[in-house]
Amino acid sequence: MTAALSYDAVLADRDAIMRASVGIDYQQYVTGVLAFDYERLLADTGYDIPRTQAVQSRTGVGNTPLIELHHITALVRSLSAPGKGARIFVKDEAANPSGSFKDRRASLSVCEAQHRGYEGVVAATSGNYGAAVASQAAKAGMRCIVVQEAFDSQGIVQPEIAEKARACEAYGAEVIRLSVGPELFYVFLCVLKETGYFNASLYTPYSIVGIETLGYELAGQVQQHTGRFPDLVIATHAGGGNVTGTARGLRKAGAVDTTVVAASVDLAGLHMASDRDFNRKSFTTGHTGFSMPFTTWPDRADVPRNAARPLRYIDRFVTVTQGEVFYMTQVLAELEGLERGPAGNTSLAAAFSMAQELNADQIVVIQETEYTGAGKHPLAQLNLAKQMGVEVRRGDPRDNKPGQRIVIPEHPSQIVLVDVDLEHVRRSYVHHALESTHVEQPLSEIDLEFLAAETRSSRAYVEEVANEWHRTTG
Amino acid sequence: MAEYIEKGTWVEIHRIVLPGGQRAPQVPVETQQVPLEMRVKGFLAERSCLGDEVEIVTLAGRHLRGLLTDVNPAYTHSFGSPVPELLTIGREVRMILGETRGGG
Repeated sequence: MTAALSYDAVLADRDAIMRASVGIDYQQYVTGVLAFDYERLLADTGYDIPRTQAVQSRTGVGNTPLIELHHITALVRSLSAPGKGARIFVKDEAANPSGSFKDRRASLSVCEAQHRGYEGVVAATSGNYGAAVASQAAKAGMRCIVVQEAFDSQGIVQPEIAEKARACEAYGAEVIRLSVGPELFYVFLCVLKETGYFNASLYTPYSIVGIETLGYELAGQVQQHTGRFPDLVIATHAGGGNVTGTARGLRKAGAVDTTVVAASVDLAGLHMASDRDFNRKSFTTGHTGFSMPFTTWPDRADVPRNAARPLRYIDRFVTVTQGEVFYMTQVLAELEGLERGPAGNTSLAAAFSMAQELNADQIVVIQETEYTGAGKHPLAQLNLAKQMGVEVRRGDPRDNKPGQRIVIPEHPSQIVLVDVDLEHVRRSYVHHALESTHVEQPLSEIDLEFLAAETRSSRAYVEEVANEWHRTTG
Repeated sequence: MAEYIEKGTWVEIHRIVLPGGQRAPQVPVETQQVPLEMRVKGFLAERSCLGDEVEIVTLAGRHLRGLLTDVNPAYTHSFGSPVPELLTIGREVRMILGETRGGG
């Protein structure tokens, strides 16, 4: 019976529950105090691009259309200097069976779970991933349980999450809806322990390798369409899987010079575990409340080692405001005839700003859309925001203040992304890594190399940051 | 007299997982004060009344217990009213593109 086991007892049993439910012995990949063999962890899944495509095509996952956004590109050019204004394309991932790119992540997890003889799968997610796992499990004839953070202490349900619960139930999954708080993980562990089901975590190697086909496909589609690889691919960034898998797929397609941009909605000032802030965010994912902590320390996930390691792949990390995303969602519908989102529209807002800096012959790709509908639509989110006392008005998006004021631009020229200082993020990552070791001795050679690879820096840089950290923490 | 709900009816149960004051140490104070609540839907295992402690059989076939709080619970999420702050955006950007349609 769910959560009949005590909190402390279950958390103490965490490692054993994880081992049994993921079917991966992460210990075998450890190579240092901090270091582990990331590439071998992913390679050992046994899935290369053709094998992943074969699994995904069995359930109609992937091969989604690439659509050029001609009118939005024209709008960009109307605001750009002469010769500027890149062509913008979008990969219409809403065409996947459950309506988002998350089907790619779920497909390999469910396939593996079935192959290994698990009776069912469990996923801790309030997002599209739950519907994706439920859809794949339905097709595989497996049982499925989704654990959501769904409502606040007043019983007010976040409408986007309500829609995800409905979708999961439509696919025949059990949905456990919880109020706000990180102890969701405790309930999740209880369910894994009681059922013995597979942990279809967002952060297993299967979940990341499954996204590689997205980057691989879009590189090929852009090349076929335009004769070249994209100059820039923008991925909406939360837990890091989308960026990681897409970038890996681009590289496997040969698009090694494509700039990979991570884009998040700026939710600065709101606390992710706050019962009060929960229904004042207006975005359930793709925001800095996830992307900052997961970029600066990926191993806070629900598996021992996170296969999503965004800092290894991000060339640029940018934020946009809530109001800018709502504005661009409306523009996408009215200029391009695509009613989508929210998720990909964070990238769209960033692309709109970024394309103005690029030359007119360059190509920007927004690498996902998602299905929209009741609960997910800007109307639902803005009506909830107003109900919660958040001001909604037109104006300068610089005045946007998460939880207090959503400012929807008055003119498209006001959409201006903000760059996140990647140097600061790298430094923060190294600090978290050092804090996690609880070891005083200097790092080994292999750990230094690992941290340099993790942060796309150098050994000298890692040593400098580590020395500084040791000096200041005494 | 309380109305009975028949066995096999699609219902929702509610349970307190962690009481207020016994939350994880890292949660902010406003979360710390309130309980961690759980709601799950399933088929009622025995004829019962609202507010009873009951057992349900979930869509995954699991047997869970909790207080019976809702019968055939509705999906109430919606779009809501049109939002005036979004209504004119299409017209505005079409005007920038030099088009005249859309009542501008």
